[in-house]
Amino acid sequence: MASVQAETTAAEATAAPAPLLRVRGLKTVFRQEHGEVNAVNGVNFDVRPGETVAIVGESGSGKSITAMSILRLIPSPPGEIVDGEIEFAGRDLLSLSEEEIRLVRGNEIAMIFQEPMSSLNPVLTIGQQLAEPLIVHKRVQGKKAIRERCLELLRQVRIPDPERRLDCYPHEFSGGMRQRAMIAMGLACEPRLIIADEPTTALDVTVQAQILELLKELTRTRGTSMILITHDLGVVARYADRINVMYAGRIVERGTAQEIFNSPKHPYTIGLMESMPRLNQPAGTRLKPIPGQPPDLSKLPRGCAFSPRCRFATERCRQETPELTQLSAEHWKACWVDIDEAV
Amino acid sequence: MSQAIQPGGAPGVAAVPEAQPAPKQRGRFVKFMIRLVRERPLGAVGGLICVLLLLTGIFADVIAPEGYNAINPIDRLQPPSATYWFGTDQLGRDVFARIVHGARLSIIVAFAATTLSIVISALIGILSGYAGGRTDLTVQRFVDGWMCFPDLIILIVAVSVLGPGTWQVILVLGLLFGVAGSRIVRGAVLAAKENVYVHAARAIGASTPRILWYHILPNVIPPIIVLYTTRLAAVILAESGLSFLGLGIPPPAPSWGGMLSMDGRSYMFQAPWLAIIPGLALTVAVFGINMFGDALRDLLDPRMRGGGGRYVARVRKRAGGK
Repeated sequence: MASVQAETTAAEATAAPAPLLRVRGLKTVFRQEHGEVNAVNGVNFDVRPGETVAIVGESGSGKSITAMSILRLIPSPPGEIVDGEIEFAGRDLLSLSEEEIRLVRGNEIAMIFQEPMSSLNPVLTIGQQLAEPLIVHKRVQGKKAIRERCLELLRQVRIPDPERRLDCYPHEFSGGMRQRAMIAMGLACEPRLIIADEPTTALDVTVQAQILELLKELTRTRGTSMILITHDLGVVARYADRINVMYAGRIVERGTAQEIFNSPKHPYTIGLMESMPRLNQPAGTRLKPIPGQPPDLSKLPRGCAFSPRCRFATERCRQETPELTQLSAEHWKACWVDIDEAV
Repeated sequence: MSQAIQPGGAPGVAAVPEAQPAPKQRGRFVKFMIRLVRERPLGAVGGLICVLLLLTGIFADVIAPEGYNAINPIDRLQPPSATYWFGTDQLGRDVFARIVHGARLSIIVAFAATTLSIVISALIGILSGYAGGRTDLTVQRFVDGWMCFPDLIILIVAVSVLGPGTWQVILVLGLLFGVAGSRIVRGAVLAAKENVYVHAARAIGASTPRILWYHILPNVIPPIIVLYTTRLAAVILAESGLSFLGLGIPPPAPSWGGMLSMDGRSYMFQAPWLAIIPGLALTVAVFGINMFGDALRDLLDPRMRGGGGRYVARVRKRAGGK
């Protein structure tokens, strides 16, 4: 509980300065033979200095594409960022040249991928790969200095016996160690923002907790901001300051962790909460799944994309797309229905 | 086929089982050679032929010091004997000396043309495969067009423009096989560039040349090695073919293909060894290189590489081997 309080005060303290990352109206499409897939459909969110913002949603909701769009890593063709603004520390990332954005990647914004098993090159040693961002961004010069820095990084992510581990190949590492190595690579250039794309999906539960604790601690001690992308609500509750819930390429609800968990206002968020097992429910209680399937992103329905699956949907929901509206200081939702009344 | 021979072949190599108990500080090369002999005995034979061919080529002047062009008119068209192991031709030149020096010529042409072709293949394949999209489409249609022409027609046209000669043959063969081989490299690149670590490297900010060099190239080396060995044999055959048609390396150079057509055909009935010997030399060389190349391909199979693969290989070996 104490840590939650500390988080809220930290969030209040940093509420005043300009956000580190400001995403407005981001639209990313994938052009395919049978039409356009609207993977990201007008996403707005901020990341303030030092805070951890979560993006939650099911598979195909566009959360990873949002993250890749920030670093302009969308494979093009077929993908394209068609609209929007991504402002990072006062610069518009979408208007940078290819060379300029390359110098941002890994240097000011680092990305940690979801599969530690395959995101390391099997033919290079851990040391060689750790050194890569340092060499690419010319942070450290000279073989000895680079090695020293790599050792330091491995120590920071608590890999035992770093001297020996530096010359190991990825297949000699366990999954948790590989993800630690990936985190070390992400931290190498001391970025101001880390994008962690489902950093623990491929790991078992105990290792997940270790990795997340490590990420949390490292970002907090350095004041690094983090975007945590996940579909695991348990992870979000514990590690995120603010949460964005995504559905069909849009953010449908945003708030602090307490607001989202204690008083969700969007039917989709409510559905997610109900479909998650909880310890305070009596044994034998059945989980309530959300009926239906996520929509086909190439043929989005008119109005609210969630309306076909929504038990509160009205005629208005099927006609007009709701925008994010503010409920309280941090709490926003994109829904026409007043849940408290409807229930 | 070679697998069927394996159970009988392995015990035949006496030195190997004794060497096995102490595999501690053996180099990767030695380990690989042991695997080659144990798992692909036919490939080992091919490897031996390759080594012999290489040694013959390198030490041609020592083995046949009189040179390939020493004429001895009194001893013309002699059948094989103790003095002339492979007989003599219509000018009284020692066929053995010509075969030995021909090996050197074949090796020079084979290595030079193959190296050139591999460099071309790798360049076209990596750039086209990694660039993707419209670039890839355009380059690949060009390659398609190139491959539509029968090899021999391109060769004949090119040689008749450039004229016969060693470097012309090397250039033309290198270009011909280089363009065709780029397909294989491109395929490997297409697979390699989808690896998550290539995306991760981009997310780190690595430049495209760096990604190509550090992350893509190491992944296409195994198919390139295989391509190299198969091309070696193909180049030797193609060079002989050209020389046979009189478009290759002009006489008096002792090209095997040239010997086959010039002397071999004219005196086929009086002196059949003039045709048989160079033909045999060609056959053995090409067979050896192909067998060696096949074995290399089997042993360098991508599934045998990397963490999981090596483990699987070890398990498979433990289950079936002993």
